[in-house]
Amino acid sequence: MPALARRMAAAATALALLLTGCSSTDDGRDADGTIRLRFQSLAWQKESVDANKQLVREWNAAHPDVQVEYVQGSWDNVHDQLLTSFEGGEAPDIIHDASDDLADFAYGGYLTDLRSLLPDRLKADIPEQSWRTTTFDGGIYGVPFLQEPRVLIANTKLLKASGARIPTPERPWSWAEFREVSKTLTENGRYGVAWPLREPVSVTLNLGLSGGGQLFHRDPDGKAELRFEAGDQVVTGTIRDQVNSDRSAARTALGMGGSDTLPGFFGGRYAMVPLGFAYRQQIVEQAPEGFAWTVLPAPAGPGGPAQGVSPQTLSVAEDSPYKKDAVAFIDFLLRPPNMVRLARGDWMLPTGTTALAHPSLHTAEHGWATGTALAKHLRPAPAQAVRGYPEWKDKVATPALQEYYSGAIDTAELRRRLVDDGNRVLARYQR
Amino acid sequence: MSLPTGRAARAGQYLALLAYLVFLAFPFLWLLSTAFKPARELGSLHPTWIPDDPTLDNFRQAFDEQPLLQAAANSLIAAVSAALIAVTIATPMAYVMARHRGRLATAATGWVVVSQAFPFVLVIIPLFLVLKNLHLINSLWGLILVYVVWSLPFALWMLAGYVRAVPTELEEAAAVDGAGRVRTLVSVVAPLLAPGIVATALFAFITAWNEFFFALVLLKTPEKQTLPVVLTHFLGAEGVADLGPLAAAAFLATLPSLVLFAFIQRRITGGMTTGAVRG
Repeated sequence: MPALARRMAAAATALALLLTGCSSTDDGRDADGTIRLRFQSLAWQKESVDANKQLVREWNAAHPDVQVEYVQGSWDNVHDQLLTSFEGGEAPDIIHDASDDLADFAYGGYLTDLRSLLPDRLKADIPEQSWRTTTFDGGIYGVPFLQEPRVLIANTKLLKASGARIPTPERPWSWAEFREVSKTLTENGRYGVAWPLREPVSVTLNLGLSGGGQLFHRDPDGKAELRFEAGDQVVTGTIRDQVNSDRSAARTALGMGGSDTLPGFFGGRYAMVPLGFAYRQQIVEQAPEGFAWTVLPAPAGPGGPAQGVSPQTLSVAEDSPYKKDAVAFIDFLLRPPNMVRLARGDWMLPTGTTALAHPSLHTAEHGWATGTALAKHLRPAPAQAVRGYPEWKDKVATPALQEYYSGAIDTAELRRRLVDDGNRVLARYQR
Repeated sequence: MSLPTGRAARAGQYLALLAYLVFLAFPFLWLLSTAFKPARELGSLHPTWIPDDPTLDNFRQAFDEQPLLQAAANSLIAAVSAALIAVTIATPMAYVMARHRGRLATAATGWVVVSQAFPFVLVIIPLFLVLKNLHLINSLWGLILVYVVWSLPFALWMLAGYVRAVPTELEEAAAVDGAGRVRTLVSVVAPLLAPGIVATALFAFITAWNEFFFALVLLKTPEKQTLPVVLTHFLGAEGVADLGPLAAAAFLATLPSLVLFAFIQRRITGGMTTGAVRG
């Protein structure tokens, strides 16, 4: 063989070795028989990441034959990242996500139906309404384990000075009462409330349950249909009136995210901000010295204090060769004491009834007790499992609600767009 | 209405330039300011440029929580390799595209332009499958390959423009002196193209350094992840962020690009001026 050809052959071999050496094709089991599972977690706050990693260490120490590798995921683009991994057969064995992201994966056959794998303890410990958030077409495709209600965070000093009745989970404000209190708290450049509605759809839908609305209705065939009824107008109408008629809600906040309202809240510009329960962590971290704040339940309406949630979930990839072991790990991760650790790390509520009863989640400090008391009123988010919801949300509902809340369109136009335009979108997904 | 005098016009120009520079610098300076602010100052209604109580806690926390150095090293390897490989491949290709006009070259140029319009999500799944078959998932080599392919079209387009600016008379003179095609390309054209090559390499570097989605999808294990992916670990659901450590880490992430620009900007602008006086 001529020297040049020999050199080229050697280079090609080296390249091939280099390429093949860059990854492995194992089936998740080592040469000594140890099973290796990958757990992709979306935990991001330090306490939460620490709790997850510590639990993985504890599992690995107790189960030398089934080792779990912690993989840090990210909420940013998680759907596309998982979809690509599923399509390429490279998905993690155990998947952390949110229940409103699971429908496409469940219907697409990427996730394991857990019904026959879940231990009775776990099944019984999590309430039926939480299981409904991960049930698609009769199968259960994830274990809901953390959730957060939306609450009102209020400036204690301003609230007390206003003389308003302090609401409790047992006796929350009605939406009309909330509107009146917001007006009372509004004065001299200060607004009673700031509604951070850069993403208005989930807030509107989830709080809308308390008004007796639900927007998405199922016909006997299981097809979803949009209707905008009297109950749907309670929350939407209150917000619109607060911004445009009462001027008790800051117009500028309509374009904000939750975190953006905090400086104004700490500075006394807003007396109350409706936020997710987990925002308390940011408030604890960022509030000025001596700033007193309190956690109040969201207002209740004809639908009671109900509100919709999309819990965080743990699922098992359909391609995983070790589904039983993956479920055993999930069962370990979600044992009541461990679920409490995860909940405290994320400043959220556990779905499990035993974990929820833990004394550390019933303290008045940082409003834990208020949130815990709301847990029994949490329901699956109205659009959960509706195919076509993401498109309806982005193309129809977000601009329509933004225009409605800012006063640019009236209720009739909002209804026309949400319902008429919306049903056309859903029809394409339900043929 | 009388036109402003020369001095007034110049002062106006400087003022406009200054305003533009401040506008450009604002995000970076704000990032810098945020990186040194304690958590309580981040929530202030009246934020200040200079932190009242500057702290390194955000940097400490960022390094404690995430493997930033490892991620920076991965990003550097991927970006430098992608830039070097891209210009090595693109230079001779750009020469052919610029010098040999014909239907094929026109079609190739058109395809290069069109390929820039492909969204990431359109190509990611086929790309993922191809890389999986090559055993290049969760491999920096796989990522580098993607970055090279991704930056090649624009690099080609950019370099072809630089090649057209090189007078063909120089090549003809080299040919008269007996130089072959390769020798002409290496000894005559390449030195004149140096500013263009550097600018193109810089473009490929920055593209790869900042790229997030491919890295997110293709790299699985923490020790392989690049800086943009690790930065997202400071973000929670619904846009909630651990702002201080995120700003500290993002500030560190911008430094390599800034340093690189500082070193080679004279070269690039020098090359541009050289081209401008051609004639």
